[in-house]
Amino acid sequence: MIANFGYGALIIALLVSLYGIGAAFYGVRKNSQGWVNSARNAMLLTWPLVTLAALSIIYLLVTNHYEVEYVSSVTSNSMPLYLKVTALWGGQAGSLIFWSWLMAGFASAVTLRKWDRDREFLPWVIIVSLVTLAFFLALSILFENPFERLWQTPTGNITKSMLMPAGAIPFVPADGSGLNPLLRHPGMIIHPPMLYLGFVSFVIPYAFAIAALVTGRTDDRWIRLTRRWTLVAWLFLSLGLLLGGRWAYDVLGWGGYWGWDPVEIAAFMPWLTGTAFLHSVMIQEKRGMLKHWNMILVILTYDLVIFGTFLTRSGVLSSVHAFAQSAIGPAFFAFIGLTFIVSLSLLLRRWNELKSEAQMTSMLSREALFLLNNLLFMGILVVCFWGVLFPLISELFTGQKVTVGPPFYERATAPLFAGLLLLMGIAPLSAWRYTTAKTLGRAMWKPFIASLVIVGISLLSGVRSWPALLGFWLCGFVTAVTLYEFWRGAMARHRRAGENLPLALWRLAGRNRRRYGGYIIHLGVVLMAIGIIGIEIFQTETQGTLQQGDRLELGDYSISFDSLANFDTADGRNVARAVVSVFKDGNYLGELHPRRDYYYESQQPMTIPGVRSTWEDDFYVLLVDWQPISSAGATFKIYHNPLVNWLWLGGLVFILGTLVAAWPDPDLEPSQATDRREVYAPIKA
Amino acid sequence: MEQTVSARAGSANRAKFIIGGILIIAAIVYLIITSTRASAQYFLTIDELAAKQADVIGRDLRVSGAVLGDTIQYDPQTLTLRFTVAHVPGDNNEIEEQGGLAEVLHAAAIDPNRTHLQVVYVGPKPDLLRNEAQAIMTGKIAEDGVFYADELLLKCPTKYEEAVPDQSEG
Repeated sequence: MIANFGYGALIIALLVSLYGIGAAFYGVRKNSQGWVNSARNAMLLTWPLVTLAALSIIYLLVTNHYEVEYVSSVTSNSMPLYLKVTALWGGQAGSLIFWSWLMAGFASAVTLRKWDRDREFLPWVIIVSLVTLAFFLALSILFENPFERLWQTPTGNITKSMLMPAGAIPFVPADGSGLNPLLRHPGMIIHPPMLYLGFVSFVIPYAFAIAALVTGRTDDRWIRLTRRWTLVAWLFLSLGLLLGGRWAYDVLGWGGYWGWDPVEIAAFMPWLTGTAFLHSVMIQEKRGMLKHWNMILVILTYDLVIFGTFLTRSGVLSSVHAFAQSAIGPAFFAFIGLTFIVSLSLLLRRWNELKSEAQMTSMLSREALFLLNNLLFMGILVVCFWGVLFPLISELFTGQKVTVGPPFYERATAPLFAGLLLLMGIAPLSAWRYTTAKTLGRAMWKPFIASLVIVGISLLSGVRSWPALLGFWLCGFVTAVTLYEFWRGAMARHRRAGENLPLALWRLAGRNRRRYGGYIIHLGVVLMAIGIIGIEIFQTETQGTLQQGDRLELGDYSISFDSLANFDTADGRNVARAVVSVFKDGNYLGELHPRRDYYYESQQPMTIPGVRSTWEDDFYVLLVDWQPISSAGATFKIYHNPLVNWLWLGGLVFILGTLVAAWPDPDLEPSQATDRREVYAPIKA
Repeated sequence: MEQTVSARAGSANRAKFIIGGILIIAAIVYLIITSTRASAQYFLTIDELAAKQADVIGRDLRVSGAVLGDTIQYDPQTLTLRFTVAHVPGDNNEIEEQGGLAEVLHAAAIDPNRTHLQVVYVGPKPDLLRNEAQAIMTGKIAEDGVFYADELLLKCPTKYEEAVPDQSEG
């Protein structure tokens, strides 16, 4: 009943979307505001409709309607309520609905803004948003229907379909198979929504870019209108990636946070183009250059978002993320190909109108350095793309199956990331238009000297690996430059307005949020880099089987195996929990409880590390095996991860900086914005 | 003022930028090519491995085979695991034609004429390691013909095929 209701809501949402697309096209052709308004109303109607469909699924999930195939595949009787609700995005069919729901919500928010000065964009923004939405709704309705029910045919087979097959009787399993235990973690509950929010909000800048191309209003209006959307999209995408890393570190039990898994790369690629875009739009705003390039970046980001959704959800690539297998690949490829070709041909049609208003004049000018930054981001993108595609290409041309793993990505991207860090240190000090080596050197020598101190400290504390020294030096350099910039700005205000330094600093950041927010983001990146250098270069590990009371050593640390308990829990797990004592230089530090949960329903084990975390290092203990009969011997794997905590701290600073940059300007309310100021006003959605 | 920059200076400038750009792109391409060479991992069947053993010594390989249950030896003190695998076809279509993975693994395990490969792995013994399981190993082959696996992945095509995901022991 509810299933039919939800399915109906989906179909109506699709029809309304299709109507909206048609009405918007017709409105443009007939130059009729009435039709465009009708399209806008259709757009606004899609969100409540998809909400109904999503609520129907949630209702089915929490009330254990196991006759619905999706429900029985992602929930079970023993799951707590909040997990049943979040099971909405626990499987493919549900997460596509979730995607559509977010998409409809964002598109509605955009259509609700004041359009007075940008009326010509409206129908095209509606069309792009609704085409994207209609595609996802159609996928849900035709291929990945979460409302399909289970039936038992007369021959005894169990099938799933929306309508009752002839002669079949409904099949209602007594219990579901439960959400994949790996997904039952707080990080996993918010990681997919964050990633999806990031994915979906990148559709909005793309919609405006296409609107600008179609209408021929090719100034930088579309960029100014979508500046905040882009930052918000980027914020969520970054948050999604960070949470995913944290989840891997806490749950997957391999001592790492990022494995260059194709699905991770799929989420990382739109982030790369999005980051490049955030930087290069500044050149268009300041200097009227790189207009083609910005269009290409936003188109790429959009298609990489769709590609990312496809990779994470289709199961084409076997990886830890491919929880679902399905046949929606061709539909995705057709959609990506089509939107890419249409977007590019629109861009080609407007190519001449997007001429640069200025030329690059100096290799060290800020715009040139930003261009270099874009080149490096694109380089990383190409490395990622190559890594994903190389196995296919190789098999196609040589017949030899080959794959590339994390060493490939680490080797190929490390110099590019180092180059980006270096630019992060240089670019803030270089001026627009003309910068010579001399002026740059004059601005740079103080932070440069300061950064050498870091190298000195690293050498004194025994660091001898040259990549680590180089990395730490870069981190020190960027930090020195960034703090120097804050200092210079605050001192100028202090001298000019007589403000005390903290107030001057606060007002400085408040007045130029994007710039100083950006600097805070850079500081976050530096902190993350410290953590990454620590774990990538200095991680050590060992493993061993211990009898009770035995010790296992790793560097200055050692553990002793005290006891092991094995018990069943009420929520369907068998838990083996070890107690180990941790010592450093022979001093007792405390107990850790690495454990292994075995989920009976899904017959899947899950390894949860015991971690002792400090700013200096993480000591990470995994229980990998034990003898079930005597409970006396157990096998442990231990990792020493220096500095990794800085990665998470850096992530927080990074998010904070993005919030500063994206925070709405209080003094630019639309009511008081005059025409001139309106140009600089961010989008009010 | 851009307009005052003379045309000649402009084109010299453009050339500088183009050369700079080409150099950077060349560097990125070089990075990709050398990294691919250095870290590509080849998928080989055991027959292929036997045929070109000398060429692939020291290279990163990914090999899959059917586990022979009788050969499994585990020393919990040193965590050293030894077992032998038998050749299975690498092509998915071929596996389907021969009746699916379970059939193929069974046929491989009972056929004494199949090419065999000895494997050594140091680490905990995976629960799924048993007779007629599919072992997917990455590692290197030594001159004595023994495969030293760094990573061991097992698949058990039983009735639980769908419920049991690949078990990974890194």
